[in-house]
Amino acid sequence: MTLMRTFLGAAATLAISTAAALADPAVIFDLGGKFDKSFNEAAFNGATRWAEETGGSFLEVEIQSEAQREQALRRFAERGANPIVVTGFGYAAALDTVSKEFPDTKFAIIDVNWLEGENIRQIAFAEHEGSYLVGMLAAMASKSGTVGFIGGMDIPLISKFACGYAQGAKAANPDATVIQNMTGTTPAAWNDPVKGGELTRAQISQGADVIFAAAGGTGLGVLQTAADEGVLSIGVDSNQNHLHSGSVLTSMLKRVDNAVYDVFSAAEELETGVTLSMGLSNAGVGFSLDEHNDALITAEMRTAVEAASAKIIAGEITVHDYMSDESCPVN
Amino acid sequence: MEFFDTIIQISDSAVRLAIPLLLACLAGLFSERGGIFDIGLEGKMLAAAFLSAAVAAATGNVWLGLASGIGISVFLGLIHGVASITFRGDQLISGVAINFLAAGLTVVIGQAWFGLGGRTPPLSGSGRFANLEWPVADALQDVPVVGPIYAELISGHTVLVYVALLIVPLSWYVLFRTRFGLRLRAVGENPGAVDTAGISVVRLRYSAVIICGVLCGLAGAYLSTGLAAGFVKDMSAGRGFIALAALIFAKWRPVQALIACLLFGFLEAIANRYQSIDTGAFEIPVQFMQALPYILTVVILAGFIGKAIPPKAGGEAYVKER
Repeated sequence: MTLMRTFLGAAATLAISTAAALADPAVIFDLGGKFDKSFNEAAFNGATRWAEETGGSFLEVEIQSEAQREQALRRFAERGANPIVVTGFGYAAALDTVSKEFPDTKFAIIDVNWLEGENIRQIAFAEHEGSYLVGMLAAMASKSGTVGFIGGMDIPLISKFACGYAQGAKAANPDATVIQNMTGTTPAAWNDPVKGGELTRAQISQGADVIFAAAGGTGLGVLQTAADEGVLSIGVDSNQNHLHSGSVLTSMLKRVDNAVYDVFSAAEELETGVTLSMGLSNAGVGFSLDEHNDALITAEMRTAVEAASAKIIAGEITVHDYMSDESCPVN
Repeated sequence: MEFFDTIIQISDSAVRLAIPLLLACLAGLFSERGGIFDIGLEGKMLAAAFLSAAVAAATGNVWLGLASGIGISVFLGLIHGVASITFRGDQLISGVAINFLAAGLTVVIGQAWFGLGGRTPPLSGSGRFANLEWPVADALQDVPVVGPIYAELISGHTVLVYVALLIVPLSWYVLFRTRFGLRLRAVGENPGAVDTAGISVVRLRYSAVIICGVLCGLAGAYLSTGLAAGFVKDMSAGRGFIALAALIFAKWRPVQALIACLLFGFLEAIANRYQSIDTGAFEIPVQFMQALPYILTVVILAGFIGKAIPPKAGGEAYVKER
């Protein structure tokens, strides 16, 4: 084991030290990995877009275990990377420690809004608002009146998606039934398409004909099975409509890419000590419309959702945020 | 009737979930009966899942994919064999190394090959194992009781499911009714005696790891080309370890392995169907359902349901006395 650890350590050091230049921005991905076709990939796309447009370079690392969070953060800070973006609430504790050790480095964290620190920019997304809209679309597209939700790991953030989705579905059709499943309680739940497929079949057999997957790599299994079984699915985070054209009703977009792009663009001028809330009003969340789902979204559905969106922005509809009190008014 | 339908659906799901466990469990059975502990089932499954999906995606032929999956799994099995039979290394260490190797290499090679972050492109058409509809399944669909059992539970799985189920009696026959099986079991219990009889311990143990590799290859290929349609990193999700638990539960016997895997599959299917089960008096949380296979294994190991005694010479390299 010791030998293995030495090798792994050496490999990790090598990976981190290969592309370092002073004051390059850095991004550290969460356990799902940067090609999860979802959350982390959105962050990666934002960073790549910045690099392509400016010709700059950035540091990046994918961690392999919980223990590496603090290590990776400290390592980048020591190398002088600035600003450093971490994706995911899992980094909250590590960032809290490391940001105090490096007061001159600027940090940005996504999905967190409860930290304090003059050098931290916190970016939280109003996933419940975006989920509300796709929930409405799901209920309107459903013929059986039963819609499904499949989450990845059972954590409050995913319940926030589920709760917004259920509220939207009930708003569009008060008689709608929402079936909810979580894939698991460990990080393995983000990468288990087989189980995602089984959960999808279980929900279909209970009558669901539109299924929203907020489950990273597991969601790919959900979308696949839904396409195989001829029901509709809804993608998450990135635009996943193209994965199974004509079968994915829409995707709940979470513009992590824009958030990362903005941070990288601001570079050392980044405003920190603030908490940004990215919702419908500032295009932080939304749903995707493209040539792949054109035929699935009727004009009527679009009008209804756009009206609801306007009302949410105007404050006429308040979508309950699960994370505010860890409970959901509708099920 | 609705209750009956639910039972059928859950059983159907249980069969699908049990098959990868069963194949991996039988793989472990052959290996451990031959005296080679194999904690690397997970890694071999993962590597096979990757390569079969990758080759199926590249060639569009799922059978080529299956063959490559079995090939890589046998190859890893042979590495395990060389380390633990020829060089008499620690079997657990070598198994763990294979797990690490598979987890890392699949993603690295996948990224270099397809540039999709270690995933393979989604498979479709002849790149996947299609579900086999049995004759007259549609016609029988409406017959009460028998119809749904035949049409949903028995018919409509991929060919690998039926192959896996046939391997169970075959394994029993090979292990307990053939000369090879007798020798294989002997080599796991007392390799010295086998050697004295003039039979090569090394050759028997190598055949055990090769059979183990073939079965793990089937399990991996089923995951990525039968159940799912493509490879996602770490998609074996601990099934190799549950298979080891099932192996202990089955006390290293093939038919009992089938029962244990079906039980574990059934538990998972129930947990998938009902997130938390309300028994009226209290609620069983889903975490409990997910932990149940492991709890059952611990109970077995503690000797409550009977003693599980592993092959006596398992885990030890054979050193010829001089």
